[in-house]
Amino acid sequence: MLDPVIASRLQFALTTIVHIIFPVMSMGLAPFLIYFTWKDIRTDDPVYEQLRRFWTKIFAVSFVVGTVTGIVLEFEFGTNFAAFSTAAGELFGGPLATEGMMAFMLEATFLGVFVFGREKVSDALYMVSAVAVGLGTWLSAVWILVANSWMQTPRGYELASESGQLVVSLVDPIAAYANPRFPWMFVHMQNAAVLSVALFMAGVAAYHVWQRGIDADDDREAARFWRKTLKIALVVLLVTAPFQAIHGDAYGRHVYETQPQKFAAMEAVWETDSYVPEYIFAIPTSLEHITDPRAKELLGIGIPGGASWLASGGDPQAEITGLNEFDTEAPPVAIVFWSFRLMVAAGFWFILLAFWAAYRWWTDDLYDDDLLHKAFVGSSLLGIFAVEVGWIVTEVGRQPWVIQGVLKTSDGVSPGLTGFEATLTLVGFAVVYSGLLALYTYVIRRIIREGPPSVDETAAGAETASPAGVSGDD
Amino acid sequence: MTDYGAFATGPLFGLPLQELWFGLVFFILGMFLFLDGFDFGVGAIFATRDDDEERETLLAAIGPFWDGNEVWLVVFGGALFAAFPAVYANLFSRHYLLMFAILGALILRGLAPEMYEQRHDEAWQTWWGRAFVVGSVSTPFLLGVFAAHWLLGVESLLSLPGVVVGLAVVALTVVAGVGFLAMKTRGSLQRDVADYGPRAMAAYLALVVVTLGYLVAVRPDLGVLAPIPLALVVVSLAAAAGYLLALRDGRYTLAFATVPVLVFAFVALVATLMFPLADPATGLTVADAIVSVLPLNIMSVASALLLPLVFAYFGILYSTFSGPIETGESYS
Repeated sequence: MLDPVIASRLQFALTTIVHIIFPVMSMGLAPFLIYFTWKDIRTDDPVYEQLRRFWTKIFAVSFVVGTVTGIVLEFEFGTNFAAFSTAAGELFGGPLATEGMMAFMLEATFLGVFVFGREKVSDALYMVSAVAVGLGTWLSAVWILVANSWMQTPRGYELASESGQLVVSLVDPIAAYANPRFPWMFVHMQNAAVLSVALFMAGVAAYHVWQRGIDADDDREAARFWRKTLKIALVVLLVTAPFQAIHGDAYGRHVYETQPQKFAAMEAVWETDSYVPEYIFAIPTSLEHITDPRAKELLGIGIPGGASWLASGGDPQAEITGLNEFDTEAPPVAIVFWSFRLMVAAGFWFILLAFWAAYRWWTDDLYDDDLLHKAFVGSSLLGIFAVEVGWIVTEVGRQPWVIQGVLKTSDGVSPGLTGFEATLTLVGFAVVYSGLLALYTYVIRRIIREGPPSVDETAAGAETASPAGVSGDD
Repeated sequence: MTDYGAFATGPLFGLPLQELWFGLVFFILGMFLFLDGFDFGVGAIFATRDDDEERETLLAAIGPFWDGNEVWLVVFGGALFAAFPAVYANLFSRHYLLMFAILGALILRGLAPEMYEQRHDEAWQTWWGRAFVVGSVSTPFLLGVFAAHWLLGVESLLSLPGVVVGLAVVALTVVAGVGFLAMKTRGSLQRDVADYGPRAMAAYLALVVVTLGYLVAVRPDLGVLAPIPLALVVVSLAAAAGYLLALRDGRYTLAFATVPVLVFAFVALVATLMFPLADPATGLTVADAIVSVLPLNIMSVASALLLPLVFAYFGILYSTFSGPIETGESYS
């Protein structure tokens, strides 16, 4: 039996890591679906109806899996982290309740209209439902990130003790909820979601272009659909990929200012130092370098003063406080250090990919460069991967704190929880969520292989839904 | 620091906010039990149909709705967390395995209708059909166990009163599902479904009577024979009579209209018997467990603004898909 603290942390990590895939899909797809719906209503071009219907199918499946895995997280604060929930409920419960009422309700009710109601409502109401669904997904992120960012940069609270129990009471809601981390997190996350979906779309489109040998003059019906998908995804990629890097750079500086211990773990700086290099490519030469990276011992390409530059916003001489300086134990440095590098590396690869594809578009070879298509196919899930490792930096990097500087994670776990119970549910989730991921992958792959609904079927209208089940949205 | 003045020192307009929030939390639970309740009932009735077209019709009937209906459970968790964090934390951690059993059942119920439509071969649909039934029946059963254990302060995973109340909630969801489907279907399917109504109602009433008898005998401290609980029992009986008469006369919309009365009477009964405690197992009262004034005022304002909007969304959703399922209209 595992210790209930360890088991609860592993379970929360597992259930969050799996869950976040689906909100990334739905938040990222939201602006695309709004655009497709708008163009479908405003133009006669059937390709937009195809785009809307095809991507709505993927959205609907993602939404359902996101709902069932999301309720798990909301309940886990109570089941596994009862001490945290009791202590911080005043600050933490409100945003969760507001998320449910303001965001989730909007999304879930209008999703019914959006998925099933195209033939039943006016164009205007249909457009409203597309916007409401999209807005709902983004408002969800607002409230979840308000809650999370408060844990990273807590403000607006007072500590009290009620019969020996710590109570974090809310004294200044504006300071608490408009905390310094929130805008950084929100922008970084939403852009990451759109970027991830753009990569996914580009990968799916490139797969069909490559496998079916689609070229610019191909007049098969699906050919036009995939070319269009690839181009739209590419435009979005060209905007979001560079933006993510520029924004991430400034975000790093903010982390250094507000959570210096996390920043030191990201850079594996143990001793306080100035002129700290940024190891963009750290090459581990021994197992120990992987499990226990230390900035000074790493072999790699270090930009002299790079980490100092990142921390200070341009001063390569700036001092970085080492992990040894802090009173609390360091977070698991290896996980934070390597996750950060994987995220950054992925981010730069996305920029490269976007420019490569843009160059091919410019030279009129977008559909002829199979190496590019393969690169897109191989990168289709890398955006989601980058989101995962990015969140690992954020959440593992703030350890041992669950609320930075206020409450330790180990003190937040439910006091009555036994190792048996916690281990049982952890194993249960490992099994159930493996199945869930396999199922989701299987269903999405089927939808992708099937391709867009044909224009004939489209023209025939949704009333005669074909039994082949390709009409997830009528 | 911003000065929040009276907003931070006294309840908004001097309202009895802690009692209102206790009521609101149960109201939200009631909304879930009413709305997702008929989805669960449809899932149970699904087990009795083996004709493909009829099964598709059942799924089509709840297709646009169930997702929104389920969100009431999310809001219930959020509202309990926001208003009574200690109750939320104690209750959920004390019923650790039960909560995860509920979550597992909800995962099954949520995935099943979506998966059912993904492939149209027999083996696939047989299995997902079963998953849909199992998820739809076990979720209300486990929620009933949860409600009984909350009220009675039971700490074990299962107990006899928990099982009886669980079965009562399952019967109640079938009552709701019958009412809903009788409105949404036509022909032989409608007649078959309506036939289940009296039996489900008889089971529900019998199980409630058993539970109340048990409470009178074993838990006199709860005060089942006080005026308000008795009034709720009378209301339930009247609604049940209305339901049965309306079904007999084929007035299905009226039959369905009695369902929320039954559900809210049931939930109100649980809340009334529990009050003034909010977590009987630990002896926490509503007054002990309520958050402090400032967050309570904020959440009150937020709910007062947002809940009417939520009702408007549901109004749009339900009016868009009002009326019976047309022949050949499929879930997808």
